[in-house]
Amino acid sequence: MINSTTSPNSTNATEASANLPLLGMDCASCAQTIELALKNTPGVLKAHVNIATEEARVSYDANRTDLTQLVATVKSTGYRVGGAELKAHIQGMHCASCVSRIEEALRAVPGVLEATVSPATEIAQIKYVPGMADFRTIKQAVESTGYQTAHPLEQEQSSDQETEAHQREYKNLMAKFWFAAIISVPTLLVAYPSLSWLYAPYLFSAEISENVIRWLFILSGIVTLPVMFYSGRQFFVGAWSAFKHHSADMNTLIAIGTSAAWLYSTVALIVPRIFPEGTAEPFYDVTAVVTALVVLGQALEVRAKGQTSQAIKKLIGLQAKTARILRDGQEIEIAVEEVEVNDVVVVRPGEKIPVDGVIIEGRSALDESMVTGESLPVDKQAGDEVIGATMNTTGSFKFKATKVGKDTALAQIVKMVQDAMGSKAPIARLVDVVSSYFVPAVMIISVLTFLVWFNFGPSPALAFAVVTAVTVLIIACPCAVGMAVPMSLVAGVGKGAEHGVLIRNGEALQLASQLKTVVLDKTGTITKGKPELTDTITAGGFDKSTLLRFAASADKPSEHPLAQAIVQGAVEQGLELYETTDFNAIPGHGVDAKFNGQRVFIGNLKLMKRENISFDTLEADVTRLQSEGKTAMYVAVDGKAAGIVAVADTIKEDSIEAINVMREMGLEVVMLTGDNERTAQAIAKQVGISRVLAEVLPEDKAMQVHLLKAEGKKVGMVGDGINDAPALVEADVGFAIGTGTDVAIEAADITLMSGSLRGVAYAIETSKATMRNAKQSLFGAFVYNTVGIPVAAGVLFPIFGLLLSPILAGAAMAASSVTVVSNANRLRFFKAKSFTEPSPATAQ
Amino acid sequence: MTITQLIVNLAGLAAIAWIVWYFWLYRKEGVQVTEVAGVQEVNIKVKGGYDPDTIVVKKGKPVRLNFNRQESAMCSEMVVFDKINKSATLPEGEVVSIEFTPEEKGEIPFQCQMAMLRGKVVVTD
Repeated sequence: MINSTTSPNSTNATEASANLPLLGMDCASCAQTIELALKNTPGVLKAHVNIATEEARVSYDANRTDLTQLVATVKSTGYRVGGAELKAHIQGMHCASCVSRIEEALRAVPGVLEATVSPATEIAQIKYVPGMADFRTIKQAVESTGYQTAHPLEQEQSSDQETEAHQREYKNLMAKFWFAAIISVPTLLVAYPSLSWLYAPYLFSAEISENVIRWLFILSGIVTLPVMFYSGRQFFVGAWSAFKHHSADMNTLIAIGTSAAWLYSTVALIVPRIFPEGTAEPFYDVTAVVTALVVLGQALEVRAKGQTSQAIKKLIGLQAKTARILRDGQEIEIAVEEVEVNDVVVVRPGEKIPVDGVIIEGRSALDESMVTGESLPVDKQAGDEVIGATMNTTGSFKFKATKVGKDTALAQIVKMVQDAMGSKAPIARLVDVVSSYFVPAVMIISVLTFLVWFNFGPSPALAFAVVTAVTVLIIACPCAVGMAVPMSLVAGVGKGAEHGVLIRNGEALQLASQLKTVVLDKTGTITKGKPELTDTITAGGFDKSTLLRFAASADKPSEHPLAQAIVQGAVEQGLELYETTDFNAIPGHGVDAKFNGQRVFIGNLKLMKRENISFDTLEADVTRLQSEGKTAMYVAVDGKAAGIVAVADTIKEDSIEAINVMREMGLEVVMLTGDNERTAQAIAKQVGISRVLAEVLPEDKAMQVHLLKAEGKKVGMVGDGINDAPALVEADVGFAIGTGTDVAIEAADITLMSGSLRGVAYAIETSKATMRNAKQSLFGAFVYNTVGIPVAAGVLFPIFGLLLSPILAGAAMAASSVTVVSNANRLRFFKAKSFTEPSPATAQ
Repeated sequence: MTITQLIVNLAGLAAIAWIVWYFWLYRKEGVQVTEVAGVQEVNIKVKGGYDPDTIVVKKGKPVRLNFNRQESAMCSEMVVFDKINKSATLPEGEVVSIEFTPEEKGEIPFQCQMAMLRGKVVVTD
């Protein structure tokens, strides 16, 4: 499929231009054919065909010709015009006659190349030049005929280009395989005439003359040629291009191997005299069968590779196709690409959020699991950020688009994941050095094998020498070595993204797998980072809600975060607050407020001492609250103790579980905080952390990480991407807790889309599994080659008399590269301890 | 040892020597890039290798490498610049540009994902 951008700009009223994507171009001369044909079309001012981009750029006089005409011109040269395609469901179609009316209306839309409507399925299939026509204009055209259409139907978008390319490649390779396989059968039969009784007991019952056999071999040689040059074409083309670059790859080995077998056989057939007695034995079957097997291996590999990168396809597929926006007070539906920043988007229950933005009206719970990995729906209201590609549940709301196109969180995630998949793990760098010497080394081994057999081998030495040399070339599998780490990396990075864990590159992944210590920032990482009301303890005959109501009313005008936490707590309990008539904030103490004819003090012990109010009866409670890491605030009404309200930065629901998983993995978990020792210890105890670094000034956090690293362990640091940035950079692996739509956090090696610490555990688990997988593949590939090549060379022959057939070598080679990809695919089914399926009780 | 044997052995050893020289020792000449409108731009054909595969650029000036993959073999589907942490998927028949500004003298290698195809950008003063 070809992407094209079209600029229907016109310098004067009638001049128009269009970029037509072309299909089926494979030579430079056809570019000229098309160009000439277009130029000769009346009304065309300029035409240029770009062979590289496969596009025709045409300027034309819109009064004298149109797109349909241009498309027809291209068709007349034997080529086709590509373009985007969409399918739309036409509602209310009852008769066959309306088909032509709708089709006509659609074809009249500028930019539409083809339109067909099927009355049976009620689906219109429209081919158009993107940029000239869009769904909106198409919809208008349908509506002008009195019918309705809602959405473009889901279909393979350009994001699936890769899938399509892979599928094409797969089909292509399979066709080549079948061809080679069919030819292989007779060549095999001819090569082993002694087995003829198996399939034709009577045909060869009599001694067949040598002449017949000879002719059968000649026939084999001839039919093997197309196998080499059709099925095995890519080996020769690839080998030649590599050769020109002074490099050699798998293609080189297969090309030399198969052609050497063919050449030797042919020479042996034509001039058997030049060979010593008994060595003039053709083996065309090797050429055909090896080609068939290796091509089959490649086809299976292509297919398996498609699965490996499924994660990214899933991500791309999350993108909403259309958006409903408000324009001039009217709701209109447009393609998601056309949404602009500041557009007001309307979201109804059950719909997908098309782009990133901020809610301006309404409220709802959003399922963000596909992006953040957070399984529970998140409540959102005016002022909250929404992330494109997430799902609205039951409410409806309007939001203002803030990020569109490539700036959306989803687009950034996709980019980051793609980049990570293309990066190198340090372990792969080592492999690269090996692979750069690998193929020439195999060629040298092959030559040496030939010489050894030729000089010292048993008779017929020459035949043995050729067969073993060819077998060495064929069995060597540089692909398996080179693919091991990248394939696992692709699968692993994709696996991470499934739960909102974005790994920046292969290095981060490898380091994450080696972590021994994980440092967690307390505020905002282990805890929610926002104080919440936790306890109300009454005194002097007040009941809890009255106490809270008084405290919150007094605190309402205050901007202090602790005061706000109390107000929030009261509001959540549905309490109505009094209007304060007199409010006075006493710095370092608390507040003094009057309402409802009563005077209320709320603040610390210092304030109460100043006002001479005794809280002796509550002393024990205060001590207990403080040891739990909570902040107690004293409330006095009309000069008498009324009770205590406590607020605390509460622990995130799943922090404890996540820390448990990390400890189970054998990681040392350390808490780092600027808070005082007592509060820090209290939190640490609740979540099960034994090592606490408290009272650390923000600027010293990086230093603390540095000191931990000095203990000789790999240290991971988890914090927010802004305040903790220096510490994140200092750590071997920096994990940043993502906030909303900010995805690309510079300081972080790994970004967690959800605020949950489970992401950290998951990231480490995934990294470990990925590296383990990569090492398995790598180890397997090395063992395969280090064992396979000597066996192929015949080291087992002197002792066991064993010699590997080149055909078996071909099968082994094909299997080994498929195995590497399949092993990487196993990662897709990797189950993490940190993300067990939510039980029905917790899932909503 | 017969004459034939001698010839075969010598030919084999010569082949080995040639492999070593051709694939390992041979030093390629780089393609000096011309500068257009402040950008050092070069088109690279990707087909069984990178053509050209050695690109000489000046430091401090933006470089644009336009990759055009003209094959469907999956080996070359991705180009990776490990040193500068960049990579790109190369759809067949499309031009994909990689841009960066080299700040230091030295070599910036690039390769396919499996490191079978290789090239490098040589940064000079």
